[in-house]
Amino acid sequence: MDFLTLLQVLDSTVRLATPLLLACLAGLFSERAGIFDIGLEGKMLASAFFAAATAALTGSVWLGLLAGIASSMVLSAIHGLASITFRGNQLISGVAINFLAAGMTVLIAQDWFAQGGRTPSLMSGGRFEDITLPLAGTLAPVPIIGPIYAELISGHSILVYVAFLCVPATWWVLFRTRFGLRLRAVGEAPEAVDTAGVSVIGLRFAAVGICGLLCGLAGAYLATGLQAGFVKDMTAGRGYIALAALIFAKWRPWYALWACLLFGLLQAVALRYQNIDLGGIVIPVQFMDALPYILTVVILAGFVGKAIPPRAGGEPYVKER
Amino acid sequence: MDRMPNWADAVLVPLISLLLAAILSAGVILAIGESPVDAFSLMVEGALMRSAGWGYTLYYATNFIFTGLAVSVAFHARLFNIGGEGQAMLGGLGVALVCLYIPWPHWSLAIVAGAVGAALFGALWALVPAYLQAKRGSHIVITTIMFNFIAAALLNYVLVNLLRPVGAMDPATARFPDAVHLPTFQDMFSTAATPLFRGAPANVSFFLALLACGLVWLLIWRTRLGYEIRAFGHSDSAARYAGISPVRITVVTMLISGGLAGMMAVNTTMGEAERLVMNATEGAGFIGIAVALMGRNHPIGVLLAAILFGFLYQGGAELALWTNIPRELIVVIQALVILFTGALDNMVRMPLERAFLAGRKRRA
Amino acid sequence: MSPHSPADAPAIELKGISKAFGPVQANKDISMRVMPGTIHGIIGENGAGKSTLMSILYGFYKADAGEVFISGKKTEIPDSQAAIRAGIGMVFQHFKLVQNFTVLENVILGAEDGGLLRPSLAKARGVLKQLAAEYELSVDPDTQVQHLSVGHQQRVEILKALYREADILILDEPTGVLTPAEADHLFRILDNLRAEGKTIILITHKLREIMEITDTVSVMRRGEMTATVKTAETSPEQLAELMVGRKVLLRVDKTPAKPGAKVLEVENLRLVDDKGVERLRGIDLEVRAGEILGIAGVAGNGQSELLEVLGGYATATGTVRVNGAAMPLSGPGSDGQSRRACGIAHVPEDRQHEGLIMPYTAWENTAFGYHRDPALQKGLLMDNAAIRADAAAKMDRFDVRPPDPTLAARNFSGGNQQKIVLAREIERNPDILLVGQPTRGVDIGAIEFIHQQIVRLRDAGKAILLVSVELDEIFSLSDRIAVMFDGRIMGVRDPAETDQTELGLLMAGITEKPDRPLIDAVDAKLDAKEAREAGHG
Repeated sequence: MDFLTLLQVLDSTVRLATPLLLACLAGLFSERAGIFDIGLEGKMLASAFFAAATAALTGSVWLGLLAGIASSMVLSAIHGLASITFRGNQLISGVAINFLAAGMTVLIAQDWFAQGGRTPSLMSGGRFEDITLPLAGTLAPVPIIGPIYAELISGHSILVYVAFLCVPATWWVLFRTRFGLRLRAVGEAPEAVDTAGVSVIGLRFAAVGICGLLCGLAGAYLATGLQAGFVKDMTAGRGYIALAALIFAKWRPWYALWACLLFGLLQAVALRYQNIDLGGIVIPVQFMDALPYILTVVILAGFVGKAIPPRAGGEPYVKER
Repeated sequence: MDRMPNWADAVLVPLISLLLAAILSAGVILAIGESPVDAFSLMVEGALMRSAGWGYTLYYATNFIFTGLAVSVAFHARLFNIGGEGQAMLGGLGVALVCLYIPWPHWSLAIVAGAVGAALFGALWALVPAYLQAKRGSHIVITTIMFNFIAAALLNYVLVNLLRPVGAMDPATARFPDAVHLPTFQDMFSTAATPLFRGAPANVSFFLALLACGLVWLLIWRTRLGYEIRAFGHSDSAARYAGISPVRITVVTMLISGGLAGMMAVNTTMGEAERLVMNATEGAGFIGIAVALMGRNHPIGVLLAAILFGFLYQGGAELALWTNIPRELIVVIQALVILFTGALDNMVRMPLERAFLAGRKRRA
Repeated sequence: MSPHSPADAPAIELKGISKAFGPVQANKDISMRVMPGTIHGIIGENGAGKSTLMSILYGFYKADAGEVFISGKKTEIPDSQAAIRAGIGMVFQHFKLVQNFTVLENVILGAEDGGLLRPSLAKARGVLKQLAAEYELSVDPDTQVQHLSVGHQQRVEILKALYREADILILDEPTGVLTPAEADHLFRILDNLRAEGKTIILITHKLREIMEITDTVSVMRRGEMTATVKTAETSPEQLAELMVGRKVLLRVDKTPAKPGAKVLEVENLRLVDDKGVERLRGIDLEVRAGEILGIAGVAGNGQSELLEVLGGYATATGTVRVNGAAMPLSGPGSDGQSRRACGIAHVPEDRQHEGLIMPYTAWENTAFGYHRDPALQKGLLMDNAAIRADAAAKMDRFDVRPPDPTLAARNFSGGNQQKIVLAREIERNPDILLVGQPTRGVDIGAIEFIHQQIVRLRDAGKAILLVSVELDEIFSLSDRIAVMFDGRIMGVRDPAETDQTELGLLMAGITEKPDRPLIDAVDAKLDAKEAREAGHG
């Protein structure tokens, strides 16, 4: 594998890791506040559709982005209503949201565009264009660093940079601000937050809202950045992979970055090479497809370090003496 | 005292939830410019007014009984098995191997062996998540989701690379021999004078599903194992105290659950397609969640909910055929049912409990 | 005390407070006055409504009716925020701390200054230093709370309240988890606070504490406040009578034990928990037929683990012999079913989470743990009719009320739930009965009955191992008393030849007279225990 191919694979890794990273950080906010969310998939899917549909109808990718975020946040609100207000089962609520998104997106797509559950392909203006960073052209000839800068770091859409900036931002919010302190507390011991005179419900809704926002970004990137339009079930399990990455990352922002890059790399390799021939042993493409899931199971099994979730995760808060 | 009488808990709450889901679904149909009344009558017409419609409704219901029972058995042990889809896929593989590689003299033997094969493969696919949950504390919801994806990849590989007949294009096995053809309702109930269930896929597996309902009822409420499963589901610490092994219960319950999910393949693979195709499950594994929630994890409830979803499925297909409403409407309804009967249960329950409490106070 | 309040206004006045949880009336028309700079005790049985009342005062629950006056001013307390603003601080029975936060983080949570943490933490560090010096409340601000001893965690809770400048401090059963020496230290802290003009409400069910520290005391019974008296003008006997509504026998009638053969022998029992911490560190004990061995100790010193090992749901190393035959302590034959088959019955410490399946009916619960008994089977199925008939008979003999076997366990009161468990275990006629906290959360009427049943079983020649954190209970039931601290037996005493003081020291791990102030010796022991447990965590 030569240097340029490597760069191309890594470049593709960055693109594929971006939606994972955004969704993973979304889950991080939610689960750190004690709300499990297996509905990341559905929220991304809804956002992908509404972003693409709005962009197709208005020609503005930014309006698309807003619509995507709004739709994702509506689903977040449902999840909040079910799991916070009515203290329902968070897993079941997440499952319902995933199906709701899967059904509604196709239903509305068919109603609006009549193209078998997809949106029209997005023209320029309806998509996020790649940004060339300053000096990319100037630095390109420099050996090693030049191509890395020009090919790998430069030339992504704005949402990719946003996603990567979200990592330090998330870390800072969680560990350096009052909001972060309270958010982490409400995921560990909501009763401590409650008796300290801070609203558990308010904090958890805020966390679920941020989760919706980030899932919205992830979905919009899928449909208007990574690809040019929405197709049925286009998230293809990315929400679950993000969940896996979150567990892998032990609910920490910087680890989340590495976990998502790893899963992104797996996807990039699977995309570029079909059956991989390792000197006689052929690894079938299906194995590469399944690898992120297999890896997740291995991680969950605790063979690669034990992941301890937030203590109050998944449990609705009921006042108790 | 309990806040509500048992009948309200078992019947009233799911009915109100269902009503809410129905109202919202009607709203969705309105929003896409169709008439909910027309849509509903079309669904009833297509699914219930002709024997062939029933033939489809009950065919789908058979699938949902198996997957619904699978989810509810696991629920009794407070295990959320989202892996019915993958377990049913593997169940299909079990059925296919049994039908393709063993020459059966008669369908009655084949269905027993097919059911065993399906249950075995389905159970096997539930074993790893069960073991990891029991021994390593890996969250079974996540692992079973992952196993759905792994199952799809595995089945894809097996069908494309191993079981596909030479020269065939689509990823599917060869057709099963005629000897394993299961009698359909048409075969069983149709006479020359009164043709019934014409062309409908409902088959003898439906009775297998009914049998499964009865056996699950006995298991859960009349056996020691069922007593232990429910005890473990209510309180794992108490189960430990009583000498009930959490590992054993988790694994055994998931094996039963996976086996039931797998047995759905007898209906789809032996009874209908008569060969194993990709995506034979068509999301039935997930519908099992809605069915179990609606049926309150009771076999009779599961049976009724499964027939309801069978009706929705068949009716939905009719809608897709005659109107502009795509089949995904069913996915939306399914989502709403899961939402209202599962996650938003308290929204329905709390006002009802207050009403009953107020009523009791007034009488007192 | 607020500077604007009239000089003689009570710090707290409650008028006509009522609160119902569904059909249960937890507080009925309660009125109460507490003067500033005093310690006011509230005493009552479990479930009398003490904690509910205080939770209302702290804004944790909303009262259905009634008014609250703070320093003479009518105050609405819709939430904890309002309570904190009104100068009320509360130390709950179950601490409300974030385990993986440091002490500082816990203290500032909800009382931060501004959006960023750094300045808040710096300020809190200074305030904590000051409070520590003022009230003997020292605790390392940078330690994670999960690595602190229970006593120190309680100090963090008090610091939280003082950091919020509380003038009124409510403590709910604060000594339940403390060694007697730690409790003494807590009372010294409370003394200091009173001297500074703070008002303190102490909720407890221990008469001794009321007599020791309070200025005035209110008695609660079944949701009502039955009396308020000056502590100096009352006696423990009078308070007990007010609590229960009739004269109470505080001692159990029993004849001297006639110990027989060794039934249970334990040698060098060791248990390492899943965090790698050694919870049992070489336990040796024996229980003979016809005697009650009481295990005294503060909760969390290995008593629960001892019961779990003997009951067959924790694995350990060492030797356990029942009637001379060694029991496997791990692997096959070490489970609860095998233990029951060997004649070990077990009334667990936590009936709600161990002894009973709360949604199961009473009759289902009477078979719990014995449900694999062939006598309860009919072919492949369970013989539910037989179990039901058997349950009705047991409930009758143990006077379970209401005597309805089809009612779910959660619908019985604590005492009646405990009777169901006791009936199930005792009527199996075991050789050994393990009993943990037999009367926790049980009303006084049922306590007498339960104690009688345990003594009756002893008199029938059975061996009984009793674990209780209530020293009074240990004294009144035991024929011999073993004291546990930090996974070890510190000593075995004859109840006739020892007293609460000696046992109290043993419970803190002190076996001989220390050469330095007692509380320092106790602290050193507890810190060593905590360090040992955290070191592996």
